[in-house]
Amino acid sequence: MTDWLNILLQGALLGGLYALFAIGLSLSFGIMRLVNIAHGDFIVLSAYIALAFIQATGINALASLAIVVPLMFALGYALQRGLLNFTLSGGLLSPLLVTFGISVIIENVLLQIFGADIRRLHAGAIETDSVAFGGIAVGVYPLLVFAVAVIAIAGLQVLFYRTALGRAFRATSDDAGTAELLGIDNRHLYAMAMAIAMIFTALAGVLMAIRTTFDPAAGPIRLIFAFEAVIIGGLGSLWGMLIGGMVLGIAQAVGAALSPTWQILAGHIAFLIVLVIRPSGLFPHTRD
Amino acid sequence: MILLRTRGLRAFYGDFQALFDVDLDVEEGETVAVIGANGAGKTTLLRAIAGALACDAAMVEFDGRAIGGLRAHDVVHRGITMVPEGRKLFPSLTVEENLMLGAYCGRAGAWNLARVYALFPVLQELRSLPATSLSGGQQQMAAIGRALMSNPRLLLCDELSLGLAPVIIRDIYACLGAITAEGTTLVIVEQDINRALEASARFYCLQEGRVALTAACRGFDRAAITSAYFGV
Repeated sequence: MTDWLNILLQGALLGGLYALFAIGLSLSFGIMRLVNIAHGDFIVLSAYIALAFIQATGINALASLAIVVPLMFALGYALQRGLLNFTLSGGLLSPLLVTFGISVIIENVLLQIFGADIRRLHAGAIETDSVAFGGIAVGVYPLLVFAVAVIAIAGLQVLFYRTALGRAFRATSDDAGTAELLGIDNRHLYAMAMAIAMIFTALAGVLMAIRTTFDPAAGPIRLIFAFEAVIIGGLGSLWGMLIGGMVLGIAQAVGAALSPTWQILAGHIAFLIVLVIRPSGLFPHTRD
Repeated sequence: MILLRTRGLRAFYGDFQALFDVDLDVEEGETVAVIGANGAGKTTLLRAIAGALACDAAMVEFDGRAIGGLRAHDVVHRGITMVPEGRKLFPSLTVEENLMLGAYCGRAGAWNLARVYALFPVLQELRSLPATSLSGGQQQMAAIGRALMSNPRLLLCDELSLGLAPVIIRDIYACLGAITAEGTTLVIVEQDINRALEASARFYCLQEGRVALTAACRGFDRAAITSAYFGV
């Protein structure tokens, strides 16, 4: 019994990481209808940037966030303003193709610079510390990641519903042309959206890299997890991303408990079941 | 003083030319009507002034500066805001959020939430509802209020009467006085000729993208307007 409780809890906590994967993807789609195929590769890129700084300076992996987050924020702004904005007028296909190209470029540049070795970041004792809940030992690190995901989504909730920038994001998502007529510069706003998305992408990348191994080709499967978490939770729903991530995490944990080879497949099956039963996700929030 | 001046204004939708050499002058503080049949280019004219349609810099002059080449958001920062045809409130935002969005550009001036609620008290009662739950007339008030929140020097009103009951239209036009009292200049596009002429000092009548007639509204010749309107 406690075994299963343990599995459910570990899976739910893993869902926090998947929610962090989902945020960046969901923001860029929600605000500018841009499907970022390179999203998983930006997660992995963040991990490699952290790795490079850690190798150069010897700082703790968690401390590297202080560098990686602002860097990815700036990269996101520049990427959207200098490139992706120009793809948005070309229908849904051009951003797909361009971000697919970016995905290929990132993977190959990482392979060129860092090689194909499997890497991992180290954050010290926090990785192995645990606290006991009843008879279940819970890792401090998974708890921390889950807490970060909850705080991240709460922060987004405040941003979207309590600030002028958030109102502008929502208005532009509704009707970009009318928003422009009220003084909102879409080019800047979209760049800000991608920059903010990259904050969460950077968080997800570094936190992932402490928990599990990564290599230059590790992006696409993260993109799939992010997609699944977003779709299960329901497009446009902030807390739905957390629930979607948890559903995915629990399904994978249960699958892994049945047989190690079933871990990923069980997640996909849970995703398909949700798609069949509720095609718009558990908490749909879009109006199109 | 001339606040808005267009000279030889041309605008295109792709290869289709919608405006041909439109010359228009609007004095500061004045209310000017732009009338004309469907497809005469009234909305196109407003969209070109507002920067939503590209035109050459020199074609539109505002407060002595060429603004024709600016993008729409820049034009708002200069002091021109448009109430778009069909209200175009943001459905994801509440009434109050829609109004506050109007203040996004951060222009200082007489208008703020309290003033807008004083002008349209019903909006205050409905402030936390989704904008889509309002009636057509209330939505039009919210759209006007949202534009006022940007404290424009020039307010462009596109088809305020569209789809509204006559009694509602009368209420909305009655509020325009409070707006001009702040010194705000108005350009009103309207299909309802009588309504437009009552509210303004001068009018321009467009026909197939050209100015067919311009005159003062008092003592206008009805037959001349009809001729300019329909081109017969």
